[in-house]
Amino acid sequence: MKLIHLYPREMNIYGDTGNVLVLMCRLQWRGLPVEVAPVSVGDPLPHDADILLGGGGQDAAQGEIGADFAGRGAELRAMADDGVVMLTICGTYQMLGHEFVTQEGRRIAGAGVLDVVTHGQAERLIGNNFVDTTDAGRLVGYENHSGLTELGPGVRALGSTQSGRGNNGRDRTEGAVRDNVIGTYLHGPVLAKSPRFADELLRLALARRGSDTDLEPLDDTLAEQAARVAVGRPR
Amino acid sequence: MNLLAVWLGKSVLLALRALGRRGNALPGLVVEKVFPSFLPRALARLDDGVVVITGTNGKTTTTKMIATILGERYRVLTNDSGSNFVRGAITACVEHATWGGRLPFDVGIFELDEAWAVRFVALVPPQRALLLNVMRDQLDRFGEIDTTAGLLGTVAAATTGHVVLNRDDERVAALAERTGAQVSYYGVAPQLRELFPNDEELYGGPVSRSTKPASAELRSLPAGEQPHITLRVAGSDHEVLLRADGPHNAQNAAGAVALALTFGLDTATVLAGLAKVSPAFGRGQSFDVDGRRLVLQLVKNPAGFRQTLRTLDGVTGADAIVVAINDDYADGRDVSWLWDVDFAALAAPASSGAHRSTAGTRAADMAVRLRYDGIDVDEVEPDLEKAVRVAVSAVPAGGHVVVFSTYTAMWALHAILLRIGQAV
Repeated sequence: MKLIHLYPREMNIYGDTGNVLVLMCRLQWRGLPVEVAPVSVGDPLPHDADILLGGGGQDAAQGEIGADFAGRGAELRAMADDGVVMLTICGTYQMLGHEFVTQEGRRIAGAGVLDVVTHGQAERLIGNNFVDTTDAGRLVGYENHSGLTELGPGVRALGSTQSGRGNNGRDRTEGAVRDNVIGTYLHGPVLAKSPRFADELLRLALARRGSDTDLEPLDDTLAEQAARVAVGRPR
Repeated sequence: MNLLAVWLGKSVLLALRALGRRGNALPGLVVEKVFPSFLPRALARLDDGVVVITGTNGKTTTTKMIATILGERYRVLTNDSGSNFVRGAITACVEHATWGGRLPFDVGIFELDEAWAVRFVALVPPQRALLLNVMRDQLDRFGEIDTTAGLLGTVAAATTGHVVLNRDDERVAALAERTGAQVSYYGVAPQLRELFPNDEELYGGPVSRSTKPASAELRSLPAGEQPHITLRVAGSDHEVLLRADGPHNAQNAAGAVALALTFGLDTATVLAGLAKVSPAFGRGQSFDVDGRRLVLQLVKNPAGFRQTLRTLDGVTGADAIVVAINDDYADGRDVSWLWDVDFAALAAPASSGAHRSTAGTRAADMAVRLRYDGIDVDEVEPDLEKAVRVAVSAVPAGGHVVVFSTYTAMWALHAILLRIGQAV
């Protein structure tokens, strides 16, 4: 299994690098070999990747990687069409969309993989959040973003949130999904306290390879306990 | 009006004490509301002015170092009671003023939280400022690191006399352009620079090495049988025995020395003062519990946690390690920062056989984090007192327990440890 870690230097401020570690360990614990390929600005994208992971960054970093990301649009869309599993958080979720419109009205082109558009605003949406999904149960994490994301007809929401602000603070949706591509605002890192979701991503990647998708069960008692605690904490 | 403000503040303090409460913030808060101009008027009378110390990590220890060093020559007023908001500075003023309303001090040394430092300097332009570093911390409150750097820039701009900057933090060093005051730097020697990675460098960014001259430079750390650090001041190297552990405190010492030198003190006086500094509250404080030595280490953010883990590098190691993570407002609600810390040190040879446990509201979260670094914990116990008792009973008499703790858990643990043990 080959994991691409997108922009590890530029986009790493909210612990999202943990998603890479979680998937890596969950493969290794089951004796499945895994390789992680970091891809920074200007690096070529490996063509044999199974999973691509991207995290959140500072607004300034998002500016630095913006052109690089948009320049990879055709390649990333082809990978998405080909069923590559992608999990992108916050900044990289926004940039996987059509565009990001800053508060000042400047338009930053995205990669156009997800049918979403994001508008910057002054208020940050911050707090503990959990999201209920149909395929992967409850996802537990933390949101911290100032972009409001609207979903187009080409994507469906990853899930719905009751207590959090989600994509835009308005329609209770959180995240976006198209084929095996997922974008979400959940930090935490989300996979740490959502082990079922982590394994669902691995199954999607294994199925795409035509491999056996039966994953040996792991003891996730601690993660489930941590998720229950987080859901009960103040926002 | 000064007199009324002092009496009001002191009355609130006395009332709180009568109720058995600490109350480092409330007296200041009350005075701030009723007499908003009290603080600038009171501090304007200090002959040698006001020093502001701010930055993400090291504020409390560095402030204590500076207050102790300057205490060799000056009467020092400082907010060493744990409140680093404006109200904490006001409380220090009213607490230490005479009932006649006078402040019998020469200089005020104030540690301020990054956001509150901006409000403080708007009221009281300081003569001197020491700006330490900008690291990821409380992103749920500050948003992002560049925002925090901007806050420190405002402090630099408001400082009238002398700004001392950490040359090894690029965001801080760049603030020289924001001030009309005189600027000097402190730093660590190039060969030590890798021990102090900033958040970018941790993720493989290039390690920057500043060539700016430092008025105090950390040249070497304790190693093997050699417990001293070496500081280079005005071209010559001096050995100092610090009572506060860890490379981060050695770096803080360089900052404290650089600031103290702006007062024109001679090197010998400065270093003699530095050697007297004991660990600040919860920053390496030791306790005796049932014949075991327990050390309390505050951790607040990834860079600070990484630095504090280095105290485990010592030859003694630890027989039990507790990591206590709370997620109250003062800790930061968001615990994802734990994933920006490499916990390999907990599995390092010196501590390989240690009993390991997690505690606090996010004990389970912390255990999950450690599991993904290949470290299994022996105990997940949210209750802090139970966790400490389990750790203490897991080690033999004379054993060594290290507790890493977030802010609110540290306060709670401090009270527990004074009840079930004693400070040493």
